[in-house]
Amino acid sequence: MDMINLKIDGLDVSVSKGTTILEAAKELKIDIPTLCYIKKLNEVGSCRVCVVEIEGKRGLQPACVTNVSEGMVVSTANKTVRETRKNILELILANHNRECLSCPRNLKCELQKLCNEAGVDNVYYEKKALRSPVSASLSIVRDPGKCVLCGRCISVCANVQNVGVIDFAYRGPQTAVTTPYEQNLSENSCINCGQCIEICPVGALQEKDDTDKVWSAIDNPGLHVVVQVAPAVRVALGEEFGMPVGSNVEGKMVSALKRLGFDKVFDTDFSADLTIMEEGTELLDRINNGGKLPLITSCSPGWIKFCEHNYQDFLDNLSSCKSPQQMFGAVAKSYYAKRADIDPAKIFVVSVMPCTAKKFEAVRDEMQVNGYREVDAVITTRELAKMIKLSGMDFTKLPDGTFDGILGESTGAAVIFGATGGVMEAALRTVADILTGKDLQDIDYKEVRGLEGTREATVEINGMEIKLAIVNGTGNAAKLLDKIRAGEANYHFIEVMACRGGCINGGGQPIILDKSKTEEVRQRRAEGLYGIDRSKEIRKSHQNPEIKELYADFFEKPGSHKVHEHLHTHYVKR
Amino acid sequence: MEKVVGVLQKYGCAKENLIQIMLELQKLSGNNCLPKDWVAKVAETLELPLSKVYGVITFYSMFHTEPTGKYFIEVCKSGPCHIAGAENVLHMLEKELGIKPGETTPDGCFTLTKSSCFGACDIAPAIKIGEKVFGNLTKDKLKEIISSCREGL
Amino acid sequence: MEDIKILSARFGKIKPDSVEEYINAGGYEGLKKAVTMQQEEIIEEMKKSNLYGRGGAAYPTGIKWEQAYAVKKDPKYLVCNADEGEPGTFKDKRILAEDPLLLIEGMTIGAYIMGAKEGYIYIRGEYSAIQRIVKSAIENAKKAGYLGTNILGKGFDFDLHVVSGAGAYVCGENTALVESLEGKQGRPRQKPPYVKNCGLFQMPTILNNVETYSCIPCIVNVGGERYSSFGTEFSGGTKLLCLSGNVVNRGVYEIPYGLTIREIIYNLGGGVKDGKKLKFVHLGGSSGSCLPESLLDTRICYDDLKKNGLSLGSGAVLVVDDSNCVVDYLKAVMEFFEEESCGKCTPCREGNQRLLELLEKLSQGRGTLADIEKMKSIAQTMKMTSFCGLGQSAPTALVTLLKYFENEFIEHTAGKCANGKCSMNSKGVN
Ligand SMILES: Cc1cc2nc3c(=O)[nH]c(=O)nc-3n(C[C@H](O)[C@H](O)[C@H](O)COP(=O)(O)O)c2cc1C
Ligand code: SF4
Ligand code: SF4
Ligand code: SF4
Ligand code: SF4
Ligand code: FES
Repeated sequence: MDMINLKIDGLDVSVSKGTTILEAAKELKIDIPTLCYIKKLNEVGSCRVCVVEIEGKRGLQPACVTNVSEGMVVSTANKTVRETRKNILELILANHNRECLSCPRNLKCELQKLCNEAGVDNVYYEKKALRSPVSASLSIVRDPGKCVLCGRCISVCANVQNVGVIDFAYRGPQTAVTTPYEQNLSENSCINCGQCIEICPVGALQEKDDTDKVWSAIDNPGLHVVVQVAPAVRVALGEEFGMPVGSNVEGKMVSALKRLGFDKVFDTDFSADLTIMEEGTELLDRINNGGKLPLITSCSPGWIKFCEHNYQDFLDNLSSCKSPQQMFGAVAKSYYAKRADIDPAKIFVVSVMPCTAKKFEAVRDEMQVNGYREVDAVITTRELAKMIKLSGMDFTKLPDGTFDGILGESTGAAVIFGATGGVMEAALRTVADILTGKDLQDIDYKEVRGLEGTREATVEINGMEIKLAIVNGTGNAAKLLDKIRAGEANYHFIEVMACRGGCINGGGQPIILDKSKTEEVRQRRAEGLYGIDRSKEIRKSHQNPEIKELYADFFEKPGSHKVHEHLHTHYVKR
Repeated sequence: MEKVVGVLQKYGCAKENLIQIMLELQKLSGNNCLPKDWVAKVAETLELPLSKVYGVITFYSMFHTEPTGKYFIEVCKSGPCHIAGAENVLHMLEKELGIKPGETTPDGCFTLTKSSCFGACDIAPAIKIGEKVFGNLTKDKLKEIISSCREGL
Repeated sequence: MEDIKILSARFGKIKPDSVEEYINAGGYEGLKKAVTMQQEEIIEEMKKSNLYGRGGAAYPTGIKWEQAYAVKKDPKYLVCNADEGEPGTFKDKRILAEDPLLLIEGMTIGAYIMGAKEGYIYIRGEYSAIQRIVKSAIENAKKAGYLGTNILGKGFDFDLHVVSGAGAYVCGENTALVESLEGKQGRPRQKPPYVKNCGLFQMPTILNNVETYSCIPCIVNVGGERYSSFGTEFSGGTKLLCLSGNVVNRGVYEIPYGLTIREIIYNLGGGVKDGKKLKFVHLGGSSGSCLPESLLDTRICYDDLKKNGLSLGSGAVLVVDDSNCVVDYLKAVMEFFEEESCGKCTPCREGNQRLLELLEKLSQGRGTLADIEKMKSIAQTMKMTSFCGLGQSAPTALVTLLKYFENEFIEHTAGKCANGKCSMNSKGVN
C-alpha cells in the first residue's frame, strides 16, 4: 500500500494514501474537533469546525475531508486555528437557542462540548435568524431553533433508512432542514425510527416526551399501573448513569421501577417468548400449507410503517403477529386482568422501549383488545432515565430486584430480540424443537448473529432446508425486497429491524456522545444481551413456564381462534 | 394536471430537468406559482422524494409556492442600483402601490419584491416586471410604467 | 489607443441568430481553421495567447484545457457559464444577445478539441428573452451544418442545449452550476475532485465563461501570439468591461489589457457624473475589491492588479462618487451576499448575517470600535474557511474599504455619517 508521510503538530506520521488529515491525526492521538462529520455517512465538510492550517496553502482546510499528501505540514491548534475555530463556534451559537439548562441534550451535546473546550463563553451578536417553531409528531420533536444545519439527520433518513422525508430547503439565513412544506412529521412517510435523533449532535431532535402521562397515571390511585420493559433497555440504561457500555442493569432497573411506584413490573421478554410461539407456528404453517413466503417479522413498527408506505406488495408477507409490546398489552388487559381480578378499564399499561416508533405503534387503530387500548403510554430508555434521576435515586447503588409474575418470566430466546438476528435465532430454537420433536441442546445459531446490515443463512432442520435473511436498517430492507421483487433472491423467513443493529441502537436509546464509538457501543450492547441469554437456564421460548401456563389457562394453543383475536393484526396501505 | 404531464413528457421525465420543468410549469400556472399538487406530481413522476423537490423550489428565488400578483415587480437592490437610488425607487413604488416588499396588492395586481442584480446596471436604477426590464427610472417614469400596467389589466 | 474589437465587433450590426450574417461578418473562420488543425496544436495556440478565464477566477485557459484534454474518460461535457450574477456585470448578456454564434463557435472548437458530443449553456433565469435568441442561434447553426452531426463534413458531432438558471448567484460557482445542471439545489461540491475530472453526471467537464469561449475563434484565427499582443505581456487579448455607477457613459467596453482604470473611467466613461468627485471604484463586482483615487493609475492587467491587491473579477467597474457613504454602500453589498449564500457552510451563512448586523449597528449610530474589530475578525474567518468562492470573497469589499476608509467607519461609531446616508436612528435593533 502507498504510504504517505506528513507532519502534524510537529509529529511525524505515516498513513496510507487516501487517509484524511482527521484520521491521520487520530493515529497521533490528536483529536481534531468535528461537528458535521460522520464517517462514511456525512462527509460534507460544511461546518468548518475541523479546519486546520496546512503549510503553503491559502486559508484553512477542513481536516475531515482533506486527504493527506506527501510532505504535508499540518497545524491543528495554532493561534490562527484556535481563533478561527472559536469564531466559527460563536457564529453557530449566535443563531442557536441557547437553553442548555432545560435542554434534553444537556451534557450529551456535541455543540456544548465543543464550545466548552474552545472557550466560547460570550456571544457577541444580537439578532436571531427566524426559524420555524418546534413541531412534534407522535414520536419525534424537532426544534429548528437548535439545529446547526449539519445535515446528519438528512443523511441517515435518506441513505441509511431510505425514507428521505427531510432535506435542506431555502438558502442564506433561511436555510433549514425541513419536511416538504414544513409538514408535521406525522403527516408524511416518516417511520418514527428516531435514527435522526441518535445522529443529531444537539438537541434539535428529541423524542416526544411522555413521562408526564406516566407520572400522572402513577399518581392516580384509581389506576393499576403496570410496566413492561423491552429487552434492549436493560443493556443500555446503565449508560445514562455512567456505567460501562453494555452493562446488564436488569435488577437495578426493576428496583427503580418498583420505587417509582408502578404496581407491577413486568417484562416484555415474556411477550417476546409469546411472539415466538405465534410466529414460529405461523412460519411452519406457511411452509407446510403453501402460505405466502417469505414470512417477514413484524416486531419493528418503524419497519412496518416503511413497508406500508413503500412495499405494499409485501404486506401479505408480514407476519400477522403483533409485536411483543402489543402482545403484552393485549395479555395484560385480558388474561392478567382476569387472573388478578382487576377491571381492564383500570389497568394502565406503560412500556419502556428503546424505540421511538413504539409510541406510534401503541396508538395505531388496530392495537386494541376487547375495546381497550393495549398500551397506554410508551417511554424510551432515555425518558426512563430521566424519571429515575428526577426521583433522586442513586441508580448504581440500587439492589437487584426481580420481575413480577405472571408476565415476568422469560427465556434467553426472548432477551436476544434486542439485537439484529435475535428474533430469527429465537424462532429457530423453537421451530427446530417442534420439527424434530426433541429438546435440542445445540441452540447457538451463530450464523444469524452479527451486526452487518444484511446477512443470509440456510439452516437444515430435520431434513427441511430453511433459507433465511436478516436485515437491519430500512435501507437494507429496501435493497433486499428489491432483489426479491426482481426475482434475484428468495427466502422462507426474513427478520427485519428498522434500526441499524436492531433495538439496541433504537431511536430511544441513550445518546452516544462520541459518534465515532457508535459501532463499538452497538457491539457491546449486543454482547450484553447474548451474555444474558447464556446465563439463562431456559433459553427456548416454548419452555417458558409462564407461557405454558398462559396457553393452558387462556389461549389453548398457538394459532387458536382466541389467539387470533388477541395477538394478531393486519396492515394498511399508506 | 394534463399540463403537468405534458411538460414532464416534453422533458423526458428526467430528474436533471427538474428546474426546467418547474420553470415551465410556473409559467403555465397563470399565477406565477407552483401549486402543491403539481409539485407532488412532478416529484412522484421523477421518482424524487418530495423533500428534495421542495428543497429545490425553495432554494431558487424565481420559484414561488404562493400565487403572486399579475405584475411581479422586482426592485434591484444590489450595489450599482443602490448607489443610483434604488432605495428611492422602492419607496416610490411602496407609496404608489400601497404595499411593502414581499406583499401583493389586495386586487392581486402587483407583487413588490427586492431582488439581486439582474444585469441592468448600465441603466440603474432598474426594476423588472415579469420578463421586462425598465431602467433609468425617475418618479415620472415609474408612475407611467405602473399606470400602463394598470391599463393593461 | 488602438481600437481592437474582437468580441464586440458585430454587436448591433447583425441579426444575432443569423448564421448567414454572422459568416458575412467574418464568423466561423476560427472553426473552419480549427478543424484542419491537430487538437494539441490548438491548445498550444491557446497557451501562447495568454488567455485567462473571463468569469472571475482568471485561471489560464490554455493550461486548463491541456489538463482537461489529458483526462482519459468519456463522455466529456462542455459547459458554458452564462449565469452572470455578479452585481455590476452585464457583458455576457451582450454576447449572448448580440452575437451568440461567436460563443457557439468557440464552444464548437472546444468540442472538436475535447471530443465532447454534448454541451450546455447555463444561462441565468433572468435572461429568459436572451435564452430564446441563443436557442434560435443554435437551431440555425444546426441547419447550416455548423452544429449537430458531421459538422463541416468533418465527421464530428456536437449538440448544444440551453439550460435556464432559476435565480441563484451561487450557481455561477463551477460545482454549484454543475449541481444545478443536474436539476438539484445549487450548493457547491467538495473539491477535489475538480470538474475537469468529475463534473456533470460525474464525467469530465470543461467549464468556461461566455467571454472566454468567445475569445477562442479569434485565437485560432490569428494565432496565439498575435492575440496575446493585443494585450500586455502577462494578459493576452482584450476584455469586456462593464462600466456602471456614478459615471457619465455607462456600458460595456471592449478594451485591450493595459489601459489604466483612470483611462477607462475618464476617457471611455466620460468621468464622474454631475461634476462630483470620485470616492472609490469597486472593481470586479460585489465580490471584488474597492480602490481609492490613489490607485486609479493601475493598469488593467492581472499582474499589475495583483501587485496592488486587486483583481479584475468579471470585469465590473463600478464608480462610486463622494456623496456615498461606505457603511451604507456595504450594507447593500452584504445584503446581497447574505441572501445569496447557499447556506451550506457556517462561515458564509452565519458570517454574512453578522457582518450585516454590525454594519446596521454602525449605520444606526450604535456601533463601537469593538464592532469594527469584530468585523475584521469575522471577515478573516470567512475568507480563510468558507467552502466556496462566495463566502471567501464576500467580505472583500468590506476589508478593502476598511483599509482605505477606516476613519469613516470610526466616525460612525461617534454617531456621524458625513454623507447623511445613514439614519443614525439608534432606536430598535432591527
Ligand atoms: C460565487 C461565485 C459566482 C460566480 N459566478 C460566475 C458567473 O456568473 N459567471 C462566470 O463565468 N463565472 C462565475 N464564477 C467563476 C466560476 O466559478 C468559474 O471560475 C468560471 O466560470 C470559469 O470559467 P473561466 O475560466 O472561463 O473564467 C463564479 C464564482 C463564484 C465563486
Ligand atoms: S442543543 Fe446543546 S448547546 Fe443547544 S441548548 Fe441544548 S445542550 Fe445547549
Ligand atoms: S424518525 Fe426516521 S424516518 Fe422519521 S425523520 Fe427521523 S430518520 Fe427519518
Ligand atoms: S436536526 Fe440535528 S442532525 Fe439534523 S441538521 Fe439539525 S443539528 Fe444536524
Ligand atoms: S461559501 Fe457560501 S455559497 Fe459557498 S458553500 Fe459556503 S455557504 Fe454556500
Ligand atoms: S467536521 Fe469537518 S467540516 Fe464539519
